[in-house]
Amino acid sequence: MLKLNKVHKIFNLGRINENHALKDINLVVPKGDFVTIIGSNGAGKSTLLNLVAGTYSPESGTVEINGQDMTSRPVYKRAHLVGRVFQDPLKGTAAEMTIEENLSLAVKRGRPRGLRLGLNKKRREEFRRLLALLELGLENRLEDPVKLLSGGQRQALTLLMATLGDPEILLLDEYTANLDPKTAVQIVEITGRVVEQGELTVLMVTHDLKQALEMGNRTIMMDQGRIILDIKGEEREKTTVNSLLGKFSEKSGRELTNDRVLLQR
Amino acid sequence: MWLNILQGTIEQGLVFALLAMGVYLTFRIIDFPDLTVEGSFPLGASVTAVLIINGANPFLATFFAFIAGILAGMITGIINTKLKIAGLLAGILTMTSLYSINLRIMGRANIPLLREKTILTIIKDWGLPERYISLIAFVIIVLLVKFILDYFLYSEIGMALRATGDSPVMIESLGVNTDNIKILGLGLANGLTALSGALTCQYQGFADVGMGIGMIVIGLASVIIGEVVIRTSRIIYATLGVIVGSIIYRLAIAVALQLGFAPTDLKVVTAVLVILALGAPALRRFMIQDEFAERLLEGGASDAET
Ligand SMILES: Nc1ncnc2c1ncn2[C@@H]1O[C@H](COP(=O)(O)OP(=O)(O)OP(=O)(O)O)[C@@H](O)[C@H]1O
Ligand SMILES: [Mg+2]
Repeated sequence: MLKLNKVHKIFNLGRINENHALKDINLVVPKGDFVTIIGSNGAGKSTLLNLVAGTYSPESGTVEINGQDMTSRPVYKRAHLVGRVFQDPLKGTAAEMTIEENLSLAVKRGRPRGLRLGLNKKRREEFRRLLALLELGLENRLEDPVKLLSGGQRQALTLLMATLGDPEILLLDEYTANLDPKTAVQIVEITGRVVEQGELTVLMVTHDLKQALEMGNRTIMMDQGRIILDIKGEEREKTTVNSLLGKFSEKSGRELTNDRVLLQR
Repeated sequence: MWLNILQGTIEQGLVFALLAMGVYLTFRIIDFPDLTVEGSFPLGASVTAVLIINGANPFLATFFAFIAGILAGMITGIINTKLKIAGLLAGILTMTSLYSINLRIMGRANIPLLREKTILTIIKDWGLPERYISLIAFVIIVLLVKFILDYFLYSEIGMALRATGDSPVMIESLGVNTDNIKILGLGLANGLTALSGALTCQYQGFADVGMGIGMIVIGLASVIIGEVVIRTSRIIYATLGVIVGSIIYRLAIAVALQLGFAPTDLKVVTAVLVILALGAPALRRFMIQDEFAERLLEGGASDAET
């Protein structure tokens, strides 16, 4: 369960380039919800995810995960609760380290690390089984350095790592934006498989309105630092891409402008 | 005669391999350009020399040198991570302070260890053939350190250390405090450097405040040579490469001396070597694509004018 209460995020407070990126955000996401997030450029989607991850802390308001106050805890102190896939496929894995080493980093998510070897036979077998779920053949390449993988393969591995070690929340920020369309579809399929396995709460930012309606069970729309639409259930099922665009201009008085969304229409 | 020179060269290569492992840890593993090394090397020597002339057990003295190096590295790490001072400058600040501190520790600029008990004299008393004592001792110590380092880098913490240099954002999102890991890595690297200094002073028979000058470039040269000889990202081979690189570096220096270079010229020779190795990709581009190179030159010239 994730709870944002009256959250404001202001960059460069008091300076000439002050930027009120999030304004009075109130959001409750029950355990197991899969929320897709859409909105124009600069709406504050990434900032919202960064507040959940701990990259930034809000100027006011609180962030709660599982009833615990996380508002000003740094990233590494909430890592046991939050898994994350970045937009840049290079960011989520250590390139010089092998696939199995990367996975072994992830299984210790948020827990103390000691002087025991990071890898052993049991772990390797577990990793082989998990990698097989991706259906990319990576289970036969445990000892390959990650730098040899393609962007899509790296993103799939990051996705797997983000779900290892039992996090509560999974954050996906345009994590297929840097991939070619075919690979992006593949990664989305894998997401479906990986997420079904656990009881993860997911926040996914996407620029693909169709995908936003097809994936998950709830969609929120952001504009200029506010949540302007929050739909689920029957209302969401009746919504189409066009009616979503209509709703956006109705609520914000503007057209939805997102450099990446426009390409999709 | 030749054999003697060769043996001496290998012995030096082994002693400096510990320094090179330290440089490998900072420059390659945690991606931190650490200059503390220039101060922690003589620190190791000073601590060892002072303890030995005051009658301490040489093994204990060497161990304390290692600890002192760890502390020096950790200080650089703390200056960098907690006080947010750039890594390069943090290292320079510690290194500069260490110059004064080393003089304080020694009480003077140079301490000879003639006729003092050292690790090497103790081993000689165990009855090993005198001619090979240093060689045997250093081979054992360097291999031991290599295996411990290898194990560490494959341990849970060690892997977090490697990931900190490779992908800090990722490892932080997995719950690792990268600041603390950096401090740990810098401590370990400078501990190894101080150990190298401790052995050097027992091997040469003196400690000197100035003995750290140029150490960073020597360490880098060894690491780079090692990478050319053994191309791999696998830790066990990479650390072996560092040792081999350090020995080859010493051999190259020995050859340079035979060719008539003055010992005082060696630092510039080493620096040029490192520049060539690190600049090789750019130089190659420069030489292969003529047209492009010309444009580059023009660009460079006009940049210089404005
Ligand atoms: N670190 C930062 N410092 C200053 N301003 C920032 C920072 N990060 C984001 N911003 C600003 O906050 C606002 C919201 O940015 P954010 O990245 O959350 O938008 P977004 O909805 O993710 O947009 P996009 O669709 O382009 O990714 C923008 O005006 C942006 O310029
Ligand atoms: Mg964004």
